[in-house]
Amino acid sequence: MTIKGRIHSFESFGTVDGPGIRFVIFMQGCPFRCLYCHNPDTRSNECGNLYSVEEVSDKINRYVPYFKSSGGGITVSGGEPLVQVEFVTELFKKCKAEGIHTAVDTNGFIDSNSSGVNALLDYTDLVLLDIKHIDDEKHKSLTGLTNEKVLKFAKHLSERKIPVWIRYVVVPGLTDFEPDVKKLGKFIEDLSNIENIELLPFHKIGEYKWKELKLDYKLYDTPPADEKDIEKVRKILFSGKLNFD
Amino acid sequence: MQQNAWNGFVSGKWEDSIDVRDFIVSNYTPYEGTEEFLVESSIKTKKLWSKCKKLLSDERLKDGVLNVDTKTVSSITSHAPGYIDEKYEVIKGLQTDKPLKRALIPYGGIRMVKQACEKYGYTLSPKIENIFENYRKTHNDGVFSAYTPEMRRARKSGVITGLPDAYGRGRIIGDYRRVALYGVNRLIEEKKKDLNTLLIKPMNEENIRLREEVNEQIKSLKKLVKMGETYGFDLSMPARNALEAVQWTYLAFLGAMKETNGAANSLGRVCSFLDIYIERDLKSGLISEVDAQELIDQFTIKLRFIRHLRTPDYNELFAGDPVWITESIGGICEDGRPMVTKTSFRLLQTLFNLGPSPEPNITILWSQKLPLGFKRFCAKVSMVTSAIQYENDDLMSQHFNDDYGISCCVSAMRIGKDMQYFGARCNLPKLLLLALNGGKDEISGEQVAPEFEPYTDEYLDYNKVMNRFKQMQKWLTSLYVNTMNIIHYMHDKYAYERLMMALHDTEVNRLMAFGIAGLSVLADSFSAMKYTYVKAIRDERGLITDFEIKGDYPQFGNDDDRVDSIASTIVKDFYNDLKEHETYRNAIHTLSILTITSNVVYGKKTGSTPDGRKKGEPFAPGANPMHGRDKMGALAALNSLAKIPYQYCQDGVSLTLTLVPRSLGREINARLNNLVALLDGYFIQGGHHVNINVFERTVLEKAMEDPYNYPQLTIRVSGYAVNFIRLTRQQQLEVIARTFHNAM
Repeated sequence: MTIKGRIHSFESFGTVDGPGIRFVIFMQGCPFRCLYCHNPDTRSNECGNLYSVEEVSDKINRYVPYFKSSGGGITVSGGEPLVQVEFVTELFKKCKAEGIHTAVDTNGFIDSNSSGVNALLDYTDLVLLDIKHIDDEKHKSLTGLTNEKVLKFAKHLSERKIPVWIRYVVVPGLTDFEPDVKKLGKFIEDLSNIENIELLPFHKIGEYKWKELKLDYKLYDTPPADEKDIEKVRKILFSGKLNFD
Repeated sequence: MQQNAWNGFVSGKWEDSIDVRDFIVSNYTPYEGTEEFLVESSIKTKKLWSKCKKLLSDERLKDGVLNVDTKTVSSITSHAPGYIDEKYEVIKGLQTDKPLKRALIPYGGIRMVKQACEKYGYTLSPKIENIFENYRKTHNDGVFSAYTPEMRRARKSGVITGLPDAYGRGRIIGDYRRVALYGVNRLIEEKKKDLNTLLIKPMNEENIRLREEVNEQIKSLKKLVKMGETYGFDLSMPARNALEAVQWTYLAFLGAMKETNGAANSLGRVCSFLDIYIERDLKSGLISEVDAQELIDQFTIKLRFIRHLRTPDYNELFAGDPVWITESIGGICEDGRPMVTKTSFRLLQTLFNLGPSPEPNITILWSQKLPLGFKRFCAKVSMVTSAIQYENDDLMSQHFNDDYGISCCVSAMRIGKDMQYFGARCNLPKLLLLALNGGKDEISGEQVAPEFEPYTDEYLDYNKVMNRFKQMQKWLTSLYVNTMNIIHYMHDKYAYERLMMALHDTEVNRLMAFGIAGLSVLADSFSAMKYTYVKAIRDERGLITDFEIKGDYPQFGNDDDRVDSIASTIVKDFYNDLKEHETYRNAIHTLSILTITSNVVYGKKTGSTPDGRKKGEPFAPGANPMHGRDKMGALAALNSLAKIPYQYCQDGVSLTLTLVPRSLGREINARLNNLVALLDGYFIQGGHHVNINVFERTVLEKAMEDPYNYPQLTIRVSGYAVNFIRLTRQQQLEVIARTFHNAM
């Protein structure tokens, strides 16, 4: 039986989800209900279209010249790609056979010991790990779920020596509280496999989607993060031993 | 004298016969470094340019035309020397005696000249009008004495538009470098030799015409020398240094501009030629880098000041006041060395020193093998100015070798070896509607094409409609080729570009360049018929004027073979049908997919189409996907374009890509890398041309509201750049409606 992936959309010219030019596959479905989500249309497990690994791989192969010229590859994002871990594994397996760099953009909410995720990691060149919040209570109120699995997964990746880029969305008033950011910095210091940390400013570009989907958006009054907000978090985060420059 | 002028150059066969390419290849110095050597403008240039900016602003305030000489028929020697401000001018020469004063060039057609004068508040000298109405026939008169009623109907309905039958045809590139390298005397000598060899040929129509033409060429060369004398230069002799090389080249181009007002007048490929002179002077300590940049800045200023007298209608069609002074830089030499020189960089630097501008139309001949420093500098220029375009040298050099230039937007020609008979374009979506309506125009209701059975089913059947379309296309291509034959016969007869042609080999290779518009509309229309249901809606005249489309269908621009293959087939079929018909002077048929900004006007003249586009809505420009239908991001659109087979459209396949800055990456270095990689990736797959725009939609919206704060806002449209604020409101809205790739 061929496994099918439920996919929201494709972007052929991704430039912010991993190194070089990325073909980005937005998977459908996500267990989190983040207050700041900018793709709420990818949450449901029902929407999107079904594709076989071959169909997606055929699309991907059309972009190999761009991967080569830029040092890029594919990034599976979403939604939360690990919801469809079997499909992503099959896809990555195929990509690796073609020599294509693979990255997964995940919130890390998965059981680290599962055979599914470990099979996937065998074919994963890079994990873009989005840590929503270091404080479990705040994580719960921000996403609806605990961060226990996420932090465990981060450590697991470190043990398996899979290269990781940490991503952290800076939301003024929600994720920039100094003690939290310090704690996050400490947590990251203990990991051995971190290649990069990306601080992503909270923006309002996805706001219209909430309206379209008639969802209750709680951040209408929250301002987008600007350079200063990012700088502030960066300073706190890098006040310890962290250094990536 | 000649010996002195050529001192220090590596000799070769270029000395024995006219062979500029051989001179360049034997003498140029490739530059593989970065832009770090570049300097800002000299003080003289800054002073001159600030005067120029004032003049340009005055021109805008006068509805785009500062002054017209209504009393003189322009020729190479018609006007006394003109200056902007002589003490700051390093490169001399203007079209008339005053900057931005437009000249009368009536050989293409007196009516256009008269209308243009009137629309801008001037009166054409009655004496000149009388001469051209009663004593001297024009190209325009000639064409209309030969047009058939059918040709007139097709022209009026807009199924073929933009025909150069009322003004100069343009598109011919003289090899202006020849004047600098050899001096005019030597060029005349060579032309006289050609006349002698022509003597022994039978005096048939072609050879009689050619003898007359070559004698005209010689006359024009003599006049060029006279014009040079008025500025104090001796063009009869070769240029002796860099200053003279730039000056000679410019005056040769200027001479051509004084006699022809063709739509596009490209410069060719002069930078690396001039670089040889600049390098020689730099080495001998005659000039410094500041002087070198000054030469190129001032040359560029002069190119930015070339004007032709046009009607407002023309300006509406082509947006602003373009001359398409296209200069091609980069590319790879046959021996494998990049043809990038320091002067390639210096030309790009003018966009920083003088600010962005549509002219000259700087075209990068992109190869995978170009040095990285140059690639990155080009990307930087694109990101800051959106003023340059890119074309695939690896593709074109297979057909045109390494001394070709781009004419107008996307048309490659070997410099001095090929010339082009330019011929507008066919409106493909309109042709489809004619096919559905039995040859009747869906807007006027007039019988435009020969009458045949209209389409009568309720739903559009792909195969049935395709068959009808192909029949209609056979009629149209025959008509189109014949129309072009008339136009160019008459243009050669009444408005022959003698100086431009004097700067070609006498035995020139001729191309006849046909065009198509609305490719993505047509491909999507057929895709809709094939992959979903399209119901025809008829009006009270019984004509199909609207469509109901059920559901989605594959759309061009998403790298989807189901529809991309339809687009390729359309192009191949059209070209093959064109080739069935004999051309004037045995010109080789070529085809382009290019609309300039006329995609807006074409759309206006075309009813609703089966892809869902409504009556009057603009087409996409060039070969672009329709606005907003390319949903998979920029590279998917590029991949769709790259599938259009270049061997069937060697006159060029134009794509205009608009990216918002952040879509290229998070920081400047990543953005440069990604833009370079995007170009490498596109061209390696066989893409031909791309305009790169990098800006936010909001910048354009602000410029619409407040044009005077954006005097130099430059954007690429289709094969060339325009001053955004000189577009019509409708064109501005169309540009804003285009897909802005802004993935995050």
